[in-house]
Amino acid sequence: MSDSAYAFSLTTFSPQGKLIQIEYAMATVNKGGTALGIKAKDGICIATEKRTLPLQDADTVQKLQMLDTHVGVVHAGMVADARVLFTKARRFCQVYKSEYDAPMPIGQLVRKLADIMQEYTQSNGVRPFGCSLLVAGADTTGNHLYQVDPSGLFISWKATSIGKGGNNAKTYLEKRYSPDMEVEDATHTAIRTLKEGFDGKMDSSNIEIAKVVDGKFEILPASDIEEYLQELE
Amino acid sequence: SKATVSVLYWKGGGERKMSIFAYNGGAMVAMKGDGCVAIASDNRFGTQFNTIGRNNVKHHQVGSRVFVGLPGLETDNQTLLAKIKFRMKMFRLREEREMPVKSATSMLGNLLYSHRFGSFFVEPVVAGIDEKGQSYVAGFDCIGSHVAPEDFIVTGTTQDSLLGTCESMFKPNMNADELFEVVSQALMASLDRDCLAGWGASVTILKNTGECITRQIKTRLD
Repeated sequence: MSDSAYAFSLTTFSPQGKLIQIEYAMATVNKGGTALGIKAKDGICIATEKRTLPLQDADTVQKLQMLDTHVGVVHAGMVADARVLFTKARRFCQVYKSEYDAPMPIGQLVRKLADIMQEYTQSNGVRPFGCSLLVAGADTTGNHLYQVDPSGLFISWKATSIGKGGNNAKTYLEKRYSPDMEVEDATHTAIRTLKEGFDGKMDSSNIEIAKVVDGKFEILPASDIEEYLQELE
Repeated sequence: SKATVSVLYWKGGGERKMSIFAYNGGAMVAMKGDGCVAIASDNRFGTQFNTIGRNNVKHHQVGSRVFVGLPGLETDNQTLLAKIKFRMKMFRLREEREMPVKSATSMLGNLLYSHRFGSFFVEPVVAGIDEKGQSYVAGFDCIGSHVAPEDFIVTGTTQDSLLGTCESMFKPNMNADELFEVVSQALMASLDRDCLAGWGASVTILKNTGECITRQIKTRLD
């Protein structure tokens, strides 16, 4: 109960040791459409459900975004906040490339994003970002899948999910993940996982899939998603 | 660029202008071999026609497989070296890996360009082994434009002469011993004709195993 007295000030700890505004930011994330990622031994698959309004032009909505040719991202939560982070991330990648003549390592990119998100939890007059990111990419040390939270915490995962069906999906993934998985298996598993928690009929217009294979991030076209969905049936 | 850095009288009076890059003098060669790279410099430290020091090696190891050579105005050599070492070390701590030689080259180019309108009077050289174990050399102008040729880079006051000796003595894919001979002979032949560089030379051979040997060469001591 005494927590709520501290709920309005981002920069004040509650007696329980929490920053309530950050917890509220996580609640926003947990309202967003489920997004998940699976790291296979030869690549990564990330996927998300795409919720659009009835008369919305669904073609213009894309939750999966490329940050550079070797790295992409999906978010859960406030899309407007996520877009700010994507823009910054794209800039970081190019600045790094310009400075070091090499693609930005995924861990370095994630740390820079996490630092920004943390900054917004310890500054005057701002609020935390209302989204979590799943960053998937490849660099000289291999394939990486990272989650970054509104608090600025980042975790490298073998498989994970965020958003509304996040917890259920994670339990599902824990049973089905295996370190010998190849990226094709991971893609099938990702689709099955999404299907588990999906509200209504799943088709190529209301999910998005991307893969990181051979160091390249590519978003699958609807036709490829169709094929995968048919294989499942 | 020309700068009147001090007053020198000759032939009946007047000032003599000398390039600011030539004030301290120096000679530098970096040459590619097969899985090994050589970087060599003279040992002289002087101010115009005075020699002050005889053990001023101008190339430095800044990473486990990266050497940088700084043959220009000595004050700028020292400051640039400190900045380079700082950047290499911060990278090593942040990224938990050594900076690859190509990235070091790009970084140095950016560093020099960031002083585009108040530049360092140095034309550095980078030599190293890349992540695949291949040799790599690169040369810069004082404002950061760089090129990584297939054979060698020469710079310093002895540059024009060194271009000739290296061009005639170089052959591709030399092993470490042959590379050492060629670099030493090319450097010695040119140094002896340059009054602003000399007083011995240091030749370092870096192999892709990480092994690195520096040998001192005796040249004319004048």
